[in-house]
Amino acid sequence: MKLELRGITKRFGSLVANDHIDLTVEAGEIHCLLGENGAGKSTLMNVLYGLYQADEGEILLDDRVQHYTGPGDAMAAGIGMVHQHFMLIPVFTVAENVMLGHESTKGGGFLDLNDARARVREISARFGFDVDPDALVENLPVGVQQRVEIIKALSRDAKVLVFDEPTAVLTPQETDELMQIMRQLKEAGTSIVFITHKLREVREVADRITVIRLGRVVGEAAPTASNTELASLMVGRAVELTVQKDPPQLGDDALVVSGLTVIDHIGQLVVNDVSFEVRKGEILAIAGVQGNGQTELTEALVGLATRVRGSVVLDGVELMGQSVRKILSAGVGFVPEDRNEDGLVGEFTIAENLMLDRSDGEPFVKAASIQRAALADFAREKVAEFDVRTQGIDEKVGRLSGGNAQKVVLARELSRELRLLVAAQPTRGVDVGSIEFIHKRIVETRDAGVPVVVVSTELDEVAALADRIMVMYRGRVVGIVPGDTPRDVLGLMMAGEPAEGAAA
Amino acid sequence: MSTATGSAAPAPQIVTLDTTVVTSWKAPIAFAVFTLVALALAVFAPRHGDTTYRLNASERDAIQVPDLVVPAMPALWTVVVLLALITAYSAWLVRAKKRVPLWLIVVFAVLFLFGFLTWAGAGATLPMIGLLFGSLSLAVPLIFGSLAGVIGERVGVINIAIEGQLLAGAFTSAVVASVVASSTGSIWVGLFSGLVGAMVAGLLVGMVLAAFSIKYFVDQVIVGVVLNVLVTGLTSFFFSQVLAPNAGVLNSPPRFPRLPIPLLSDIPIIGPVFFRQTLIVYIMYIAVAAVYVGLFHTRWGLRVRAVGEHPQAADTVGINVNRTRFWNVALAGAIAGFGGTFFTIGSGIAFNKEMTAGAGFIALAAVIFGQWDPIKATLAALLFGFASNLQNTLSVIGSPVPSEFMLMLPYVVTIIAVAGLVGKVRGPAAAGKPYIKA
Repeated sequence: MKLELRGITKRFGSLVANDHIDLTVEAGEIHCLLGENGAGKSTLMNVLYGLYQADEGEILLDDRVQHYTGPGDAMAAGIGMVHQHFMLIPVFTVAENVMLGHESTKGGGFLDLNDARARVREISARFGFDVDPDALVENLPVGVQQRVEIIKALSRDAKVLVFDEPTAVLTPQETDELMQIMRQLKEAGTSIVFITHKLREVREVADRITVIRLGRVVGEAAPTASNTELASLMVGRAVELTVQKDPPQLGDDALVVSGLTVIDHIGQLVVNDVSFEVRKGEILAIAGVQGNGQTELTEALVGLATRVRGSVVLDGVELMGQSVRKILSAGVGFVPEDRNEDGLVGEFTIAENLMLDRSDGEPFVKAASIQRAALADFAREKVAEFDVRTQGIDEKVGRLSGGNAQKVVLARELSRELRLLVAAQPTRGVDVGSIEFIHKRIVETRDAGVPVVVVSTELDEVAALADRIMVMYRGRVVGIVPGDTPRDVLGLMMAGEPAEGAAA
Repeated sequence: MSTATGSAAPAPQIVTLDTTVVTSWKAPIAFAVFTLVALALAVFAPRHGDTTYRLNASERDAIQVPDLVVPAMPALWTVVVLLALITAYSAWLVRAKKRVPLWLIVVFAVLFLFGFLTWAGAGATLPMIGLLFGSLSLAVPLIFGSLAGVIGERVGVINIAIEGQLLAGAFTSAVVASVVASSTGSIWVGLFSGLVGAMVAGLLVGMVLAAFSIKYFVDQVIVGVVLNVLVTGLTSFFFSQVLAPNAGVLNSPPRFPRLPIPLLSDIPIIGPVFFRQTLIVYIMYIAVAAVYVGLFHTRWGLRVRAVGEHPQAADTVGINVNRTRFWNVALAGAIAGFGGTFFTIGSGIAFNKEMTAGAGFIALAAVIFGQWDPIKATLAALLFGFASNLQNTLSVIGSPVPSEFMLMLPYVVTIIAVAGLVGKVRGPAAAGKPYIKA
């Protein structure tokens, strides 16, 4: 089926998320939509899928104008979507998820689960998926959950399938399998829209590429275009894709973690007997697919986890069992994974957010009252130093873009005397320009002789920053390897296979 | 990268992590406290004589069950020893990093209850059938209320207004049944009009809750609390201004007669407790089964649960989230309103100010204690009903425990049940969160 978008415009208040976007996807074509986070790709697809109503423009399928009021109509018209955040109900089985919304019934409204199971099996067989229709979705690995999403779309006879950032949660191997599935679907005549900001994937699978920046189509490119060409189209200026980094000036072991175990509330060992050291002036990157214990590990390092065992020694001082307050005073800087949830108070101003961890005394608090003048000077200085693009220091943090908000977090954490920096997903949801800046600051911190732990699920980021790489899988350390380890080795390690000759 | 593309895909595996048992000393500590209470009763307040458990409903029944006679003090001491053993066993389990199983908690509770009843009833006769029958009756509004709560929370709206819906149902059914029965002269027409009126009243309260919380995104808990206060105020106002001066016409509701079910009602113990009840109770049995089957085996239930767990996912498959929520919250209101009829036409009592006396909140506790499952919530409601009726029965037979103290019993049971036994359970993920579309 041929899909055509004509002059789609979508506004949120004064923000124009999509500005007269035109896009044509031919039948049986894989069309990549490339753009940075916040460029308007997801908004466009939500318009296409009927979740948002466009303010202007029209959608055509096989040259017929479509009018729909909700996702139900879009699905009926033959559009399926594999969402970035899976639209699956975790406590339902695969079959229940697939049948939801178009349930087959035995009469009287009673569910016909056998029919749904058969349908799941039939589609699984067609594409060589191994999916148990009776498995609870929450127990499935994300790669399989994604297949459930695909089955869900196919069970409604989708002719146009939209993949919204599908590889963000996958291991490199799973990503390859997904590409394979996309090609299979294409052979079967399905049109595919593949939304991503990862250049490598685009070049591998796309038939055509459309680049979007700030809500506008800024160009088309052939899959043969180079990474630098695509990146500069995407960002609108020449970008450095690799950080300039000198060889590390290694000092003594600064952070020594041994036998660290974190247990969650139902008794699972989410971090299982993890030991490693980080030396002064070194970046240790922790790689792994999302949800293999990295988050809990960083939380344990700063004392946020309950039910922990093992020891965390920083410069000869045991941090385990100390309060978060004491750990921060010991010189630990922490960039949390989810800045909006754990890093910032959205309704506070930039200045207030910059003093959050120093509210207990001088220089910002004297006699229990906030020293506005001192804080304002400090905030202005930091905003300038970290290049936070804002109306002023009294702007609420919640109004900043992802990149600028992250710079506020970084400014706060780096403006203390640090003896350890822990940064979890430091550039998630951050524009390419800010990524450059944040990476530079992290490397500067390392060069100042601070040990740095960076957690990232993006192999590009790991490769850019790491002096050494520790790979985690199901709470355990698969291995610790040098920073220049090839991607395919890392990919296998992320799936739990230790690299040969890697120090465990 | 592309080299790996051709290789065989590894079979997807279920992610399992190594696990350890998170142990808690909650159960052994609670056991120890209750064992000490039983011991204290035996040591400091010994009571002599025999306790008689009467298991017959009446002398006229076809099958007669002999009374159970227990010597009070020996029984109590035996119970104390057994309780101490269970406590020690549970402490050993926790030390050995094992969980304290649920059946042990149940055995402990039953033993403690038996010991306590035997002690309290020393030298007297405990009418067990009456105790259980009354428990079921007192649980009726709680069960209807908890069904309303289960549906509400499963669809994503916390229904704090159960209390208001019960009260509205009680008020409306009393007035409608009184007026219709006296004007038509038929008690049954009056009773059924009362039922319908109660459902409409509950439905309206549910709709107000739904409209404010779904359409205007007002905090559901706040709307619920305000509705409870509003209904209390309205019914009290109409009671003193309108009902009280015209009690003969407006507030003398007829009563649902008891309808023993043939055969079933002759089964010893079970028959008199479950099958010599009113129509309202029989409808309740059906309602519990219908809500359970409906929630877990029909299209309606699948959609309700989807909307309460992950509204956006439901939206993306074409389910109208807010419409689903609105009508199901309204339905929940109607069910709670129906439950309110128990207070008036169900028991043949005239409406009185604030006569629901917090039943709606106990029902809410039953929802959580029952883990958002209609059947478990019903069992929880029965437990609370039992606690209430135990207090009634003990004061009738002249228990040594001060009646003011006994009045706390249902609420103490509620707190222990919700805080102590429930622990961490997972409710519907989106309960309480409005669904706001861009």
